[in-house]
Amino acid sequence: MSHTNVTAGTLPPGDLSGFRELQQLAHEAVETVAEGLEPGVTEREAARRIREHLTERGVQDWFHTPFAWFGDRTAFRRFRTPLQFFPTDRRLEEDMPFILDCAPVRDGFVADIGYSGYLGDNPLHDQLMDDLYAHRQLILDQVRAGDTLQDVYRGVDGLLREQGYDNRHQVYPGRVIAHQVGKVRSRLPRAIVAGFGIRSLQTLFGDLVVERLHNRSPLWADGEISAHPATPGMWAVEPHLGFRDMGVKFEEILVVTEDDAFWLDDDLPHVRRWERRAPTAAGTTQETR
Amino acid sequence: MTTTPLYVTATDGQRLAVYTEGRTDAPTLLLVHGYPDNATVWDALAEELSDTYRIVRYDVRGAGRSTAPEQRSGYLVDQLGEDLITVADAVSPDRPVHVVGHDWGSIQSWHAVTEPAYAERLASFTAVSGPNLDHAGHWLQKAPDGVRNVLRQFVRSSYIGFFSTPGVPEAAWLSGIGGLVLSGLERIGGGPHERARRSTRDHLNGLELYRANMLHRFTRPVERRTSVPVQALAPTHDAFMIDQVQSDAGRWVEDFRFHRFQGGHWSVRSRPGPVAARIRAFVDEIESGAPRPRRALTAQQARRHGGAFAGQLAVVTGAGSGIGRAVSFELAERGTRVIAVDIDEDAASRTAHLCGHLTPGSDFRKADVGDSETMEKLAAWVRSEHGVPDLVVNNAGIGVAGPFLETGEKDWDRVVRVNLWGVINGCRAFAPMLVEAGGGGRIVNTASAAAFIPSRVFGPYATTKAAVLMLSRTLRGELADRGVSVTAVCPGLINTGIIDNAHLSGMGKESAAKKRINRLYRLRGYTPEKAAVRIVNAVENDPEIVPVTAEAHLGLALSRFAPKALSRGARVSPPL
Repeated sequence: MSHTNVTAGTLPPGDLSGFRELQQLAHEAVETVAEGLEPGVTEREAARRIREHLTERGVQDWFHTPFAWFGDRTAFRRFRTPLQFFPTDRRLEEDMPFILDCAPVRDGFVADIGYSGYLGDNPLHDQLMDDLYAHRQLILDQVRAGDTLQDVYRGVDGLLREQGYDNRHQVYPGRVIAHQVGKVRSRLPRAIVAGFGIRSLQTLFGDLVVERLHNRSPLWADGEISAHPATPGMWAVEPHLGFRDMGVKFEEILVVTEDDAFWLDDDLPHVRRWERRAPTAAGTTQETR
Repeated sequence: MTTTPLYVTATDGQRLAVYTEGRTDAPTLLLVHGYPDNATVWDALAEELSDTYRIVRYDVRGAGRSTAPEQRSGYLVDQLGEDLITVADAVSPDRPVHVVGHDWGSIQSWHAVTEPAYAERLASFTAVSGPNLDHAGHWLQKAPDGVRNVLRQFVRSSYIGFFSTPGVPEAAWLSGIGGLVLSGLERIGGGPHERARRSTRDHLNGLELYRANMLHRFTRPVERRTSVPVQALAPTHDAFMIDQVQSDAGRWVEDFRFHRFQGGHWSVRSRPGPVAARIRAFVDEIESGAPRPRRALTAQQARRHGGAFAGQLAVVTGAGSGIGRAVSFELAERGTRVIAVDIDEDAASRTAHLCGHLTPGSDFRKADVGDSETMEKLAAWVRSEHGVPDLVVNNAGIGVAGPFLETGEKDWDRVVRVNLWGVINGCRAFAPMLVEAGGGGRIVNTASAAAFIPSRVFGPYATTKAAVLMLSRTLRGELADRGVSVTAVCPGLINTGIIDNAHLSGMGKESAAKKRINRLYRLRGYTPEKAAVRIVNAVENDPEIVPVTAEAHLGLALSRFAPKALSRGARVSPPL
């Protein structure tokens, strides 16, 4: 089972490049779909386009099927049941924010990524996106410093409060800001149950059991079970800021080794965006710290 | 008013008496009177404004010196809107006019303003005591401000039913009984009573306004929107209208502002000062050509709120975090410009910055509310930079807990200074300004559920908050007849981080107790955002006390009906 891989520490470089390629492909998929979104398109249609784009490029299975959230659904307001995460017939309007999220599996490699954008013009969205930069930095710094996941979670909480936002990743099942991913090796048939691939779920549940024995969890939240430093392996990290009717997130893989941590790939749309807007992003960070 | 009118012929042949005065080169204000008035209702206001503007007023068909149609259909609101444009075209063919309407004059102007074809003829519209009938129809049917408010409005609208009965209102006017009742109604809201110059004709013809329009518009309202900037001015003691039926127009207007002023339905006649000041500010802003505020709202946000706080100015202390910050955002979402005040300048600036995304024109200021001189300076600065606020939220406060026997003088001093003196200073700095500006403003003080729930755990804190509650209630009594409302907010357990910053006497800065209390607040899970929605919704109705959470409601009820139970509870030492 995959947890041996995940918990055993340093990953073979060959494996990493497989994960990196798939993460690139997933980002390329959501970026392409995002660029093509037009007013009137529904969440279901957007999710279908992502799925199509990826299956055409060799994706065979899903950790979870693609999600698309439009308008105030990006902030998960009034989400009471997990069913509300699934794409609806909400239509995209001019200036509306959206989030695309997908987790493809190809040849056993997994990616789980999120992409925030908007149609037309939305300065508030730019503001939230700028402010998200500090969180990517903070998570990396605190994990490198060996802080417990619980403390990192609370660090993110403190920062987003200070920025004037509220925590929307707490709406995800288990309040998670991140979860472990690893290579999927399973003999189960490829099938999707409630939006999640059963092979990936098998991997995750395997991890849940093994980690629980070590009094740890492959799910990263603010509970006592997360009061331990990050377990070596790969974590799909997804801080999600909310302000009024808008939510903004990124999701990508953080690699944790025995003595270090790094983002699997820095050549991603949101990172390139921050680099382009470096003066603004840096300025906002200053102001909010 | 010039006594000899110019006559303008309406599209259906009626002749309207038009009177012009004031500066000929200045922007034109077109004043439209209501029922049962004629153009003389504007005498006092015209006097105030004629040195700056060209003032044009006319007798609405059937009133004053204008002719009266024979048929009821001659009073349909479509025709009245057409009349307004006919007059505007006659007196100011090249330049759009600024319309001011009162009562039925406001109703018919609303109708013209929400007619897309007329938009380019109208530069702005100031509505005094008169809603758009279709907007009101929607408001009555959908009750966005609650059924209670609809019922309140029904009581105030009962005369409409009376006016719609055939013959009886005519008899009332002709017998003099109607005149006596009207004279009584005119006295509501206080102020000097000026005798109106009306003729019997004004009383009788205008009844057709009600009979021709009301039923149809209220039962089958249509959607009427406008791009013309509108400000609605509502007197605090209007005998015929509550705020909400006027402010709800915010849903239908791109650029809407709503302000209140102290007075009754006809105070525009006897005491025109506050209305004149608002008209000046509004007209000058539009004429300056400055970019009008554009609000970045989703369609959903725009649909969610009426306009009770639209275009207003609010000062919020303690706006850098917690409830203060959440209330600032909530107000900004509803169209209020927020002046965020906090002792932490960066936090205040951050709040104002985000507020500015929702409603442009927000600002911030660093201030220690415990210092009276600072607060005086703050008030002077707000007035000179942004004008007199419509709303002042004295929210800044700190937490101090611990047994009395272990609370030192320093702790007492600090908590009294911020929690009590902060509110006193805020009220002292701003209340006179609100009164002087003509009333209509609101003061909201953040007290606490601890104000009425005694406990050995938070003596000093509860003491200051009880004082804030009583200060609010007494000030409310004092300012009631000056048109300024005072509300005390009693939140309860809101997860704001107040505990992180609290000083627990005899427990040190980091303690297990703090961790446990924090956990309790987290588990209670009542967010400042949720509290802010409740607070702002409640403030719209000017209540005396706003208990926010269930425990605050329960505590308030127990303090009234079972005070003994609370006294016993005060002895309980929670396992912290």
